[in-house]
Amino acid sequence: MSFLRVRDLTVTFTRPGQAPVRAVDGVTFDVGSGQSVGIVGESGSGKSVTSLAVMRLLPARNVQVTGSIELGDQDLLALSARQMRDVRGRDVAMIFQDPMTSLNPVLTVGRQLVEVIVRHDGRSVAEARRDAQALLERVGIPDPARRLREYPHQLSGGMRQRVMIAIAVACRPRLLIADEPTTALDVTIQAQILDLLRDLVEESGSALVMITHDLGVVAGLCERVHVMYSGRIVESAPATGLFARPAHPYTDGLLRSIPRIDDEERGMLHTIRGSVRDVVAWEHGCAFQPRCDHAVESCLGGPPPVHDLTGAPGHRVRCPRPVHPATPATGTGRSEGSA
Amino acid sequence: MSLLQVRDLKVHFPIRSGTLFTRQHGSVKAVDGVDLDVPAGTTFGLVGESGCGKSTLARAIMRLVEPTAGSITLDGRDLLGLSERRLRPVRRDFQMVFQDPMASLDPRQNVESLLTEPLRAHRIPGGSVEHARRIRTLLEVVGLPATALERYPHEFSGGQRQRIGIARALVLNPKLVVADEPVSALDVSVQAQVINLLKELQETFSLTYLVIAHDLAVVRHISDTVAVMYLGQIIEQAPATALYRAPTHPYTKALMGAVPVPDPAVEASRTRILLRGDLPSPANPPSGCRFHTRCPWRQATRCADERPALRTLAPGHQVACHFAEEIAAGRIPPSTTAVSSAAAAPAAASSAAEPPS
Amino acid sequence: MSTPEQVAATRPTGGDEAIGSPRPTRGLRSDALRRLRRNPMAVVGFTLILIFVGVAVFAPWIAPYSPKDNSWLSEVRPGAYPGPSAEHWLGIDPLGRDVFSRLVYGARQSLLIGVVSLAVGATVGVGIGLLAGAFGGWVDTVVMRLVDIMLSVPGLLFAIAIAAMLGQSLTSVMIAIAVVNIPIFARLLRGEMLGQRAADYVLAARSLGISRAGIVFRHVLPNSFTPVIVQGTLTLALAIVEAAGLAFLGLSGSDPSAPEWGRMLTDAQVALTSAPQLALYPGLAIVLAALGFTLLGESLREALDPKLRR
Repeated sequence: MSFLRVRDLTVTFTRPGQAPVRAVDGVTFDVGSGQSVGIVGESGSGKSVTSLAVMRLLPARNVQVTGSIELGDQDLLALSARQMRDVRGRDVAMIFQDPMTSLNPVLTVGRQLVEVIVRHDGRSVAEARRDAQALLERVGIPDPARRLREYPHQLSGGMRQRVMIAIAVACRPRLLIADEPTTALDVTIQAQILDLLRDLVEESGSALVMITHDLGVVAGLCERVHVMYSGRIVESAPATGLFARPAHPYTDGLLRSIPRIDDEERGMLHTIRGSVRDVVAWEHGCAFQPRCDHAVESCLGGPPPVHDLTGAPGHRVRCPRPVHPATPATGTGRSEGSA
Repeated sequence: MSLLQVRDLKVHFPIRSGTLFTRQHGSVKAVDGVDLDVPAGTTFGLVGESGCGKSTLARAIMRLVEPTAGSITLDGRDLLGLSERRLRPVRRDFQMVFQDPMASLDPRQNVESLLTEPLRAHRIPGGSVEHARRIRTLLEVVGLPATALERYPHEFSGGQRQRIGIARALVLNPKLVVADEPVSALDVSVQAQVINLLKELQETFSLTYLVIAHDLAVVRHISDTVAVMYLGQIIEQAPATALYRAPTHPYTKALMGAVPVPDPAVEASRTRILLRGDLPSPANPPSGCRFHTRCPWRQATRCADERPALRTLAPGHQVACHFAEEIAAGRIPPSTTAVSSAAAAPAAASSAAEPPS
Repeated sequence: MSTPEQVAATRPTGGDEAIGSPRPTRGLRSDALRRLRRNPMAVVGFTLILIFVGVAVFAPWIAPYSPKDNSWLSEVRPGAYPGPSAEHWLGIDPLGRDVFSRLVYGARQSLLIGVVSLAVGATVGVGIGLLAGAFGGWVDTVVMRLVDIMLSVPGLLFAIAIAAMLGQSLTSVMIAIAVVNIPIFARLLRGEMLGQRAADYVLAARSLGISRAGIVFRHVLPNSFTPVIVQGTLTLALAIVEAAGLAFLGLSGSDPSAPEWGRMLTDAQVALTSAPQLALYPGLAIVLAALGFTLLGESLREALDPKLRR
């Protein structure tokens, strides 16, 4: 049984005098205990809103959340605000893109870390301080005793993100949600942070949900990947299957349009035309249709169905005309030639 | 003969305190002795992480930041000797594409006004009829319809805005285009369009590019020559293919190993070098080799006290490392703590019994 | 619904992006106007201003009597002032004049002082701010230190000093209020311009070889003007209150019968216990007029904020 079960999650932003915007539209996914799952999408795909909805961090005003989010045996959408505060930090913790704005600038790093430990573990402050120091050391911060007394602005971006991670893992949550945790960082620092996350997850057995726009980050970190476009998941697959045989034209186009550092090809890149603004509402058809090379008339005849790729267990795609058509169930090895 | 030639360029920003009676406490050496040669019609890529001075270098070449020392020669003409007033007419020849097209386009001007302004400022002959024809052609070339003319920047998507920024840089028919992170503010699915456009334009107008970016894959794809910067200096420079096939400087090795590849098989099999710690302050750079504080191959001698010069190892391949040959030949091993054999490979097929998404 | 061929045919060449939506072009100004119309705060503010300006302009037609006519002095007894009646809608003041007529003509006076002092103060202030913002360097330092000195003197005190120096007249009130406004506008514009000068589009203009004057007047100034417009609207509200304050203190001119809201407050003082409504009318008029400009100013600020657009 999965640890996190999200069913038909829909988030609608309503503003008086304006048409409601459905940022997340019927999203369903599972995260098993200890599993690493990636949610990939561009701006406007709804990936961050999904993570905020799971954390119940969306503003209550003008936002409508429907569907269900179950964490272990708790229905998160049914919890009171107070109960949810206990869940956050203890059962599920989040790491944000910008550690500067998610750390409190007027409190020392130590104070913020100790606060979390005392609140959720019910330890004495002295014990919590020892734990905090050990934690900072664990996330790779040199001279942790000194760093505990410092303020967030005295740390570099990479250090701040390490502190955020320390705070997130302080109470050994069973689920860690990381929303673009390395987007603001340089690549060598990104490599350090991803390495740290990988180690921590492996060591503690926590599940990880990695929200990112970077397919490369997901490739090295996640077992299962969900690709989001315009509020819906358009493709879900084990990482190996997704990168080897992307089925949705969007996933395929994205993978082919990214220049790779190990690629010597210098010709024109494959492109996806248009921008993420050129969308069709899902109830009228596939949102990606205006940009899709495979589009046919039926793509605008109502919401596209989701189906399994035969011969690829767990590989699901929301497209009637996937790039890699269903392969005969004789084996997956033949998929290479079917492009 | 290179179109752009930069010699020993330095940009030092003074650190001052006090409001009325200012005192200088030293300086941030953002660019500290850089040489560049960009042959006409080629693309020169400049990579490095934030704080390495690559954007400052670009702005110094554009004369948007005053260099402290050195020389910049464009097409045989010395740019640093010219006063701002004398430089203005020369600016036609070198133009810039900015990172954030929303910030670099005046929100109160429509596209037509944005594109004709440079023509008027340089008194390009032809009058408004000829100008109008010129900008219409240009719009078509960058892939925007003529209806874009009376629209304002905020009405476009990011990719379209960058096309406007590119059109604006090209309207004066420059020889050199300096592009500072031209695609990093764009959505992934739109980046390829803009990269292709830059390539097409280079062929059509025989442009010379200096492209500054932190995305090493993008730079490899479009550059003929690539230089890597660290703390204000170029530490390695080579033809793109040679550099990416065999990065030689320890920093280049680490940088390239850190770039994630969208392929789990590759990710699982790579060994990457993890650098310890953060970038030292450019106000107080380390002595000797500036990278020695983080270098996994650091040696007891020379590294900390002798500044390595940029040496030619192979034709066109220059490296600033005392021990480049030894490291390349594997005679010096990296310190073991720095090497991570990548991912504990993600379990291949995960639970197949998942609910529909 | 379209066929694949149609889909392909509508595609721009070369895999390019299509222009997002077919809606008509909107400039920044019409965009702001549209949002202003939807804001109830702006509508209320605008209505109040419209009434205020209408009353001021058409005062001779609206007011039943001359504001200086004290023919009804005989009806006034100490401690007993005739209240509202069919002839005198708001009653008669302690000096035997029609309160409604005085109130109507008072709007004229307030508007005149507000507009003139704003125009003078804003023009001089903007000029100084432009000088400092365009040149920067030592010009900026010198000019701004002077402005700081002006700002360090409390506004009303400054106005009283000027009015006292120039003698009691309408002109000196207007000058006093204008002078108080100068440093506010100068600082505002200069700060905004310095901020805009660091923006990327200014760098872009410089790299294109556009002259310094071109950059200042075509790019920096238009982009710095929004807060000045907002401040202007808010300043009008303040000027009305300040004018009333100066009149209340008896600094607004030698003619004691001139219809002014501030002076009406002074005149009402003697009757405060028996006829408090006499103070209430001009007080309310001042508050409503000032409120109108404040509401409009605040909603302008919201409507013009590019961060809030779309």
